[in-house]
Amino acid sequence: MAKEAMLDEWYPVGLFSQVKTTAYKTALMGEPIEVSVGADGNAIVTTSGGRVLSSRVRYGHVWSSIGDPQKEIFSIPEADQPGRRFVDVGVVRVRCSPLRAVENFLDIAHFPFVHTDILGAEPHTEVQNYKVEIRDVEDEVWATQVKFYQPQAAKSASGGITTEYMYRVPAPTCSVLYKTCPPRPSEWDVITLFVQPLAEDLCDVWPWMALFDDETSMTDLIHFQQTIFLQDRSILENQIPRLLPLDPGMEIPTRADLTSVAYRRWLKRHNYTYGAQLVAQ
Amino acid sequence: MKLYDYILSPSCYKVRLMAALTGLSLDIRPVDFHPGGEHRKAELLALNPAGSIPILEDGDLLLTESSAMLVYLAGKAAPEWLGDGTAEQSARLQQWLSFSHRLTANLGGARLHEMLLRPGDIALLQAQGVAALRELEAGLVEQGLRGMPFLASDRPTVADIACFPYVALAPDGGVSVDPYPAIRRWSRAIRALDNFIEMPGIHRLHELKPEPQIGTGKE
Repeated sequence: MAKEAMLDEWYPVGLFSQVKTTAYKTALMGEPIEVSVGADGNAIVTTSGGRVLSSRVRYGHVWSSIGDPQKEIFSIPEADQPGRRFVDVGVVRVRCSPLRAVENFLDIAHFPFVHTDILGAEPHTEVQNYKVEIRDVEDEVWATQVKFYQPQAAKSASGGITTEYMYRVPAPTCSVLYKTCPPRPSEWDVITLFVQPLAEDLCDVWPWMALFDDETSMTDLIHFQQTIFLQDRSILENQIPRLLPLDPGMEIPTRADLTSVAYRRWLKRHNYTYGAQLVAQ
Repeated sequence: MKLYDYILSPSCYKVRLMAALTGLSLDIRPVDFHPGGEHRKAELLALNPAGSIPILEDGDLLLTESSAMLVYLAGKAAPEWLGDGTAEQSARLQQWLSFSHRLTANLGGARLHEMLLRPGDIALLQAQGVAALRELEAGLVEQGLRGMPFLASDRPTVADIACFPYVALAPDGGVSVDPYPAIRRWSRAIRALDNFIEMPGIHRLHELKPEPQIGTGKE
């Protein structure tokens, strides 16, 4: 229930392209907030009591914090790379812990069962060995050398390919995924999951992408990612316990869960426990 | 045949599912319903002033009501999906086709509210959704007593396809289908149909594992 450590973090609170001069009412960690755009074109975020909150516009979204952010929003250098298309996938509300939403995004083993015939397929269910580390300098969780056979890895993929992934957790409720880019093998496609914690067991999820793909229509790119995420949503809403357990207990991790283990360890190290369950039940 | 389609729309899925079950192919035109709101923009409003999707175009025919689309696809490719034509069965089929619009309004409304943050009185939508599910459960139990596993007949018809998606996705709107055994059995029967296709939130039936070999004691 401790939200102190997460108070000073940045969170997405809206799609910048959809913010209007009339305020959009939402919430951040239980606090009702309002998001609008001012006459100068800048985003304005306030509590409903009128306190002006810090705000930024980055990666297609308005970001804010109910605390006092000590650092800038994490960087995604690819977001400034020419030639990429930026995809605002749009919000999806999920009745789950914001930390669970991120943890599910980091999981590879569920691809053949939940995203059948798209991100995975039986019998190709094995998660090969990969590398996970908590990088001290960046203070981020990284999983690299992840390889998985995927029938349709991206909208731009034709037929099954072995896809390579890197996962990165730069903030407690955000993850960035780097993935084989079928039309440009020397580059990575960037797929993010930005999660806005509304409450400990309720979140708005804002997926966003920066892709090399000049063929597929924007609507098709949006629908591909919405399809994937909506396959996850019903699973996320049925996970028990609702909060993410940080102490060992009912859940027994296996080798395939290395990223999840590192994520939980990193959350615990920083006392990022809003949406977490601390004592095993 | 061109379908203006949104992958997450249960009403669009009805049409895709019907086409798959009857072996028809559709030319899909994706509509940026969310977040773009394309169904409310000039091009689509010119086709459908109601501002809803799906929209089905086939030559001169332009349909904007999903039940009409189901009837059209069935009539074209698989008339057995329209019932046997007796007065009673035709009436039952029409009854459930009309009923399906209530599911769109209540369970569909609850789902849009809970998932895509559309406005609405969520408590009222969920209560109306529960009332509709109870009515459907009673209807399926009565059909069961008549020896018929589907809504209007002993085989699936357009009525089942019209009602199935919003019922199967009720949990997306915070309405559980756990209390309704007849609905769960019916839903399973639909998912087990040949050429069934899924949509996000409606998972396919995984193949059952072979029966375990019970030892004979002679090992």
